[in-house]
Amino acid sequence: MSERTIRGKTAIAGVGETTYYKHGQSPDSEFVLVLKAILAACEDAGIAPQEIDGFASYSNDRNEPTRLSAALGINELKYSNMNWGGGGGGVAAAIGNAAAAVACGYADCVVAFRGLAQGQFRRFGQGAPDPHVSGDAAYMSPYGVMSPLQKYAMRAMRFMHENKVDHSVLRSISMASYHHAQNNPRAVMYNRPLSEEKYDDSRWIAEPCRLFDCCQENDGAAACIIVSAEKARDLKQKPAYVLGAVQGSDHRCGAPVMNASNFPSSSFASLAPRLYEMAQVSPGDVDVVQSYENFTIGVMMAVVEHGFCAPDECNEFFQLDNLIAPGGRMPLNTSGGNLAECYMHGFGLQIEAVRQIRGESVNQVPGADVAINIAGPMVHHVSSVIMGSEATL
Amino acid sequence: MSEHYLPDGMPIPVPQSDGLDKTYWEATRRGELMIQKCGDCGTWQWGPEWICHNCRSLDMTWERIEPNGVIYSWERPWHPVHPALQDHGPYIVVLVEIPHAGNVRMIGNLLGDPRQEVEIGAKVEAVFEPHDDADPAYTLVQWRLAKG
Repeated sequence: MSERTIRGKTAIAGVGETTYYKHGQSPDSEFVLVLKAILAACEDAGIAPQEIDGFASYSNDRNEPTRLSAALGINELKYSNMNWGGGGGGVAAAIGNAAAAVACGYADCVVAFRGLAQGQFRRFGQGAPDPHVSGDAAYMSPYGVMSPLQKYAMRAMRFMHENKVDHSVLRSISMASYHHAQNNPRAVMYNRPLSEEKYDDSRWIAEPCRLFDCCQENDGAAACIIVSAEKARDLKQKPAYVLGAVQGSDHRCGAPVMNASNFPSSSFASLAPRLYEMAQVSPGDVDVVQSYENFTIGVMMAVVEHGFCAPDECNEFFQLDNLIAPGGRMPLNTSGGNLAECYMHGFGLQIEAVRQIRGESVNQVPGADVAINIAGPMVHHVSSVIMGSEATL
Repeated sequence: MSEHYLPDGMPIPVPQSDGLDKTYWEATRRGELMIQKCGDCGTWQWGPEWICHNCRSLDMTWERIEPNGVIYSWERPWHPVHPALQDHGPYIVVLVEIPHAGNVRMIGNLLGDPRQEVEIGAKVEAVFEPHDDADPAYTLVQWRLAKG
């Protein structure tokens, strides 16, 4: 058997996103938002929309490929893929699934996308209204454990206890996102800087997290187009090659009632080594890190589990100066991320990684050749992807 | 004054429709804590599942255990995400490890002052909190710091 890898076989050739709105404020329906993002990605890549022949998404996206294909007048639909799992754990997996489809010949031009319009649909950060609960929820909801943060806070509390992590770590992660958003006119939190005092004075949502440790909820859509490496070189933009992509979780991560074998974890412990092996890079080669912030606690554990610092080094490593572009040791969430740019289930961070490889970010890391994208830490099915420039092939 | 830690109107737990965890919920009504143990290899298992994760036996049994453990982790939610919790204020949720049952973990509220300091590793004991007026009636397993 030939070597089983997707390294360098495909590239992201186009990216597109809508205006990002506060939740409930989009003038467009969710489906229209998705259409606009896909059309923008086609325009960016310089391909005709009818050339798309596949779709990949995650988190039970409501906008089905058959409807999109019919609406866009696509010539022939050859591939559609929905990655199981809720939240943003599947955003890098959607890119990886699209890349795999192209690499093995299922399709030639696959769009990965996500759309969210929470005015039209329900918000995430609320408990379900059902009067009765069963299964896993029966052991959590009656005790007031209903929202995503309430389900994951105890992972971080244990991690912080074991490794003596200070709350300043979470504050630095939050401030890095807000810092970068001040240079990003697309960001919902543009012109809304965050100071240490403002962070420290903010209310608790669920200890150990304050308001500014939690992502926004937004309306919008984002998309990117994955084609073969050869085709990407003939298109308009500098390709961002997919060097590696992984998804999943380790032993019994989804065990009921918080009985995961490795509990104080972002679920990436077994994934990160596979990712680096496929991408043939090490953490020291990574120029810029995009790490999905559902909550800062997840970023903290995910950055550790991807090998950027040891668990007991968090207090020294997560200093704001280390986390900001252009000169930080590990520039983090350079668009403003889910906290301060937009919560498009992490898709905005994927696009930001592409911009960094192209050299087009508003917070550009000079000479960025390798970008990592970490999706949905702490959920039970996570994913990450590494992208690289032509120089990394 | 309610005898319950959280306000009335919280979601009501009911056994799974396939009968998987009926034994647990019936036991709590009697003031007993029962969890799963594999009838073949003896592995303790929580939450409930139809198969043993260790040896793949389908012979899962239920064992009554001493209702005490240690705090493995905790959180203190403040922001209400359910209508019954509006204006209620903070409350504490603990993840309790059961050393005498394979270190399985169970979730409950920590009774007492909701603003108290919580210590990971502290010993706790179960308190059975009946909700007799609910439809259907149920009993929650709560936790309080062990005496002495």
